[in-house]
Amino acid sequence: MHSGKIAVIGDKDLILAFKAIGMDVFSADSSNEAEKLVKSLAKEYAIIFITEDLAQQIDQLLTKYKTKAYPAIIPIPSSHGTTGYGIEGIKRDVEKAIGTDILFNKED
Amino acid sequence: MAEKLRVNPTRMELKRLKERLKMASRGHKLLKDKSDEMIRRFVGYAKEDKRLREEVEGDLANALTKFLLAKSVSDEAAIQEAVAMPGTQVSLKLDTANVMAVSVPKITIEESDSKEKYPYSFTSVTAELDSSIATISELLVKLVELAQVEKTCNMLAIEIEKNRRRVNALEYVMIPQTEEAIGDITMKLDEAERSNTVRLMKVKTIIQK
Repeated sequence: MHSGKIAVIGDKDLILAFKAIGMDVFSADSSNEAEKLVKSLAKEYAIIFITEDLAQQIDQLLTKYKTKAYPAIIPIPSSHGTTGYGIEGIKRDVEKAIGTDILFNKED
Repeated sequence: MAEKLRVNPTRMELKRLKERLKMASRGHKLLKDKSDEMIRRFVGYAKEDKRLREEVEGDLANALTKFLLAKSVSDEAAIQEAVAMPGTQVSLKLDTANVMAVSVPKITIEESDSKEKYPYSFTSVTAELDSSIATISELLVKLVELAQVEKTCNMLAIEIEKNRRRVNALEYVMIPQTEEAIGDITMKLDEAERSNTVRLMKVKTIIQK
């Protein structure tokens, strides 16, 4: 089953930084690569961090993994800064649960 | 409009339907309460999630900029070599917690026995790399916490949606249908009784003549 390890999927610049603190890193440049990586890593790793731009491209695949406790696939900003995809995900959850975005609509 | 329930107009059926209506309304009330409580908890998690995410995104962007800077001032090969063999290995303890009958992840970081934070010799790289790696290691705790809270949020949202479907199905389909069927049967039975009375009266007058 899932081991207590963390995987990071992202561009080369980003993953070097995470490698230094002991996470297992995998580089992916296209959405195809990322998709394959997620599918194979999902069986083994408990937490998978994936850069927002890649996560955005394989959004459909990621929703499949949302129903189970593990793995947790979490989008993180890449070295180019955040695209807002992560916050968007929270908003979507709130909309799904409550029906309307009553918590964060002040920022819009 | 909900489709009409087809039932036999018998007393047996009426009794059965009344039982079912009672059960359905009790279930509806329970599920509605569950939904309320789940939303209450969800709002807490969502706020926490948002706070953590904003913090992490800010800090991470910071750390990564530092890292890029470190990369630009020293030789790329030197950096690659420096981080190629990490001195620590992140190890997590995985568990599941129960939030309103949803099993959500509960993750704790196991203390690593290695104290070596920097897996390289200080002579080969610049101080920028040290500080960026220090920031990222500090971020690790927050990242794991974010993963846990965000996953909980995701799962609760899905569960709330499912639950709402159940509540709506009971409220707008099951309960009205059953009520209608009960009304129909009662009407049919009353009608049968009236026609029976009239028939008896008719028979009585015929006999009396």
